[in-house]
Formats: sequence, structure tokens, C-alpha cells
Amino acid sequence: MKINALIIDDTDNVVTCVDEVSAGSEVCYRKGDEILSLKALEDIPYCHKIALKDFSEGDEVIKYGEMIGRTNTAVKKGGWLWDKNVYSVPRDYDSELVEVTGGKN
Amino acid sequence: MQFWGYKRSEGRAGIRNHVLILPTCVCGSETARIVASQVRGAVNIVFNTGCSDVQANTDMSQKVLTGFACNPNVYGVVIIGLGCETVGHKPLREKIQAMTSKPVVSFGIQEEGGTLKTIEKAVRAAREMASEAGRQQKELCDISELLLGIECGGSDATSGIASNPAVGELSDLLVDLGASTMMSESIEWIGGEHVLAKRAATPEIHNQIIEVCRNYEEHLKAAGQDCRAGQPTPGNKAGGLSTLDEKSLGCIRKGGTRPIVEVLEQAARPTKKGAVVMDTAGFDISSITSMAAGGCNAIIFTTGRGTPTGNAIVPVLKVTANARTYKAMEDNMDVDLSAIISGEKTYKEMGRELVDVIHDVCNGRMTKAEAYGFSDIAVDHVCRFV
Repeated sequence: MKINALIIDDTDNVVTCVDEVSAGSEVCYRKGDEILSLKALEDIPYCHKIALKDFSEGDEVIKYGEMIGRTNTAVKKGGWLWDKNVYSVPRDYDSELVEVTGGKN
Repeated sequence: MQFWGYKRSEGRAGIRNHVLILPTCVCGSETARIVASQVRGAVNIVFNTGCSDVQANTDMSQKVLTGFACNPNVYGVVIIGLGCETVGHKPLREKIQAMTSKPVVSFGIQEEGGTLKTIEKAVRAAREMASEAGRQQKELCDISELLLGIECGGSDATSGIASNPAVGELSDLLVDLGASTMMSESIEWIGGEHVLAKRAATPEIHNQIIEVCRNYEEHLKAAGQDCRAGQPTPGNKAGGLSTLDEKSLGCIRKGGTRPIVEVLEQAARPTKKGAVVMDTAGFDISSITSMAAGGCNAIIFTTGRGTPTGNAIVPVLKVTANARTYKAMEDNMDVDLSAIISGEKTYKEMGRELVDVIHDVCNGRMTKAEAYGFSDIAVDHVCRFV
């Protein structure tokens, strides 16, 4: 089966399609030594993301092992995740600062 | 590793030996263009600002102009001023002369009695400078003299998955060899700033990275703009990047994994060797302008959707992992990294190959944008003109 999608981090819940994918066709990606596949529920354009699980509204979308946004609607496994159904969440910068001890450098 | 470069009296070596025709402001730009067109070995900048500006913008313009003049790829400078601009050719020349011992001359269009008389004198001066520049021999320079700028533009999903990791590997290999690299575009750290900050060499640098992002967001908010409304761009979205966070997490991979030793203000020159970052706009042309002013010798530029941009002072090397873009825009793309996407090569292998390509560019291989003579610049602004 031809690999037509890439996963970046093992914890990701999306993969990126590196070919056009038409509704009903198989999307295959390599995760470690395994080759996994799922069925596309809709057409997915080249370079776009497909859901690896059922997303409820507000669920975290994970790519690079990090949250890239949340869904603004439910998206089924095999659905297309794009800028119309994923939104960015503002940062909490204060929580990211670290304690600086001692003098400069 | 060594490359054949042009040693300078102060600072790092150049990989080119340009005579730079530098306007003080927009009013000198056309004259500068004509002067450069008359002299082989001369390049010109089209400057679209430099007058009728608030102080913060004037300061930025001055940092860019003096930074361009001091860039190690520049042998000497011919300044073309008008006469009534905020900072005229004489004060600019004196400022540059205080920073570098390279040859600098200047002319004012009003003083000379118009453009034709200015062109006559400036062409003569540039010709003599280019003639002298031609006598300078290349010498073997250690790779530690190199400062490589790292840029991305026209990104799509292949950028973060393939070309940026490959360039990150290149950056790590160069830093390990003793060279320095500079990643910029701080708006494109937002969403990945917590990951980038883990590379900080000190807790202070960690917090600087976080604060740069916070300040960028607040700056735009003060102008009534949500940073998430302009980023990702329409092209990024069409290329599969849904949020600023997704774009940023891919963007920051081009800087590699080595410790970040310095966070620089826009157009500032690094004081440390190794991996540094600069607080610039995500607008690629503006970011390259600031990195060239900060003294970068060359820029490696990853793209997904394709872009033609080039800079007069620093060679810009275009790489893409999008096979369709490489094929469609081969006349603008320098390196095809699509073997990473097809699974034929790893990003680490391609990163190693890029070391040789950058080495070639240092030794004189022209990038495509350089061969076409492209000279894009954009000076970042903080406020409207007055």
C-alpha cells in the first residue's frame, strides 16, 4: 500500500496527506515500524490534515507532539482538519517564564 | 572546514565583494539604481523610506542602512543622498565611517545640481572602487567566519515536515563546525515559543524568547490587529497550515537544536558565535533585510509554495521539499528536498548535503536569485509616516 501521509510525532492525532486524497480512499502512513491506514470521509487536498480520531468540539489537535489548535466543531475520524474547523488558542506567556536565579549569566 | 572569502580589516570575512550604491532615502534610490547599472561589480538598494518618519522608524532605517554598509559582503560604499532628508549623506557617511574602515564616499543630489551631475561623479567614484575591489584576492577563511541567516517564506505543510528540519540539521552541523546561524521571524515563534525557549542557553534567554512573543502580540493588539488574523497567510492556509501555532511549530525547526546563545533586536549584529535568533517580522523580505543588516553572509530560504526573492548584498538560496513547486518554479528554486517527503532520503541526510551547497555558495556559486540580480528589501516600520 502506498504511503500517502506522514505523521510527525507518535502522539499526534492528525497526519498530513502528501497526495490528493479522494473521499472513500485509503490514507496510509508509517508510525514506527507499523504501517497504519484509515479511510478518508471526504476529499483531502495535498498537504492537508486528516483526523486520526473522532474529535468533539473543543478537542485539542496535536501535530509535532504539540497542540496546534482546537476544533470548533465535531470532526469524525477520516475527516478534513483545516483552517475552517481548527482555531488557535491564545498563549499563557506568564506560565512559560522560568525563574532566573543569581546574577546575569 | 574553510571557504574562499574576502578578509575584512574588522569583523568577519565576506563571501562577495560588492560595491554598494546606497541611497540615504527613497529620493536617492533611482539615482543609485542608474549608478549601479553603469559599473560592473556594483549593486544597489532600492530604499522606500528614510524621510518624513517618526523617530523609531528613522532609527530602524538608520540601523538597516549602516548595517548594509557594514555587511562583510560589501567592499565599499557609495552613498547617494538628496539634501533635505532626515539623515543626509554626510552624517550617514560619518556614522558608517565610525563603524568600519572600508571605503565610503557620498554625494548629495541637491548639492551636485541634479541627478545627471550626481550620476557622473558617483559613477566615477564607484568605478574606481570596483576597480580596487577587483584586485582583492580571495583567501582561505575558517568556517567560523560564516554567519548564515535562516528564513522561510511561502510556507506550506512540506516546510515544517521536511525542508525546515533539513535546514535545522544544516544549522546544527554548521554550529558544530564553529559557524554561526541566525533564525528570525519572531511572530512565527508564537505557538511554538515554549519549544524554542527550551533551546535557550540561559534562563534569561529563555524568558527573552517568551517576552519577544508576548510583546509582538501586544504591539499588534495596540494597532487593533490580532496576530492570529494575519497569520497564517491565505497561501499558508491553502498549503495546509491551519493555525499560527501549526505554522510556528514547523517554522522553528529550521533553527535546529543547538543552544540559543543570543536574542537580537532587529538589524543588530550578533556579539556571540553559535545559534542566535533575531526579533523580526514574519514578512520574509523584511526579515531578510534585517538579517542582512545584522551581518549575515548568506540566507538559506525554505519555501513550500515558491518565491523568487533575492537580496543585493547576500545570496539567497531557495530550497523546497514540495516536488510540484520545484518542478513548476525550477528557475527560482536552487535545491530540491522532496526526497524527504517521498521517503527516499531523511531530513538529516539532506541537511548534510546542504552543508556542501552552502560551502559552494560561500566559495562563489551564484544562487538563482543572485544571478538574476534581484534586490528586494523591506524596512520594518512601527508607525505611520508623518
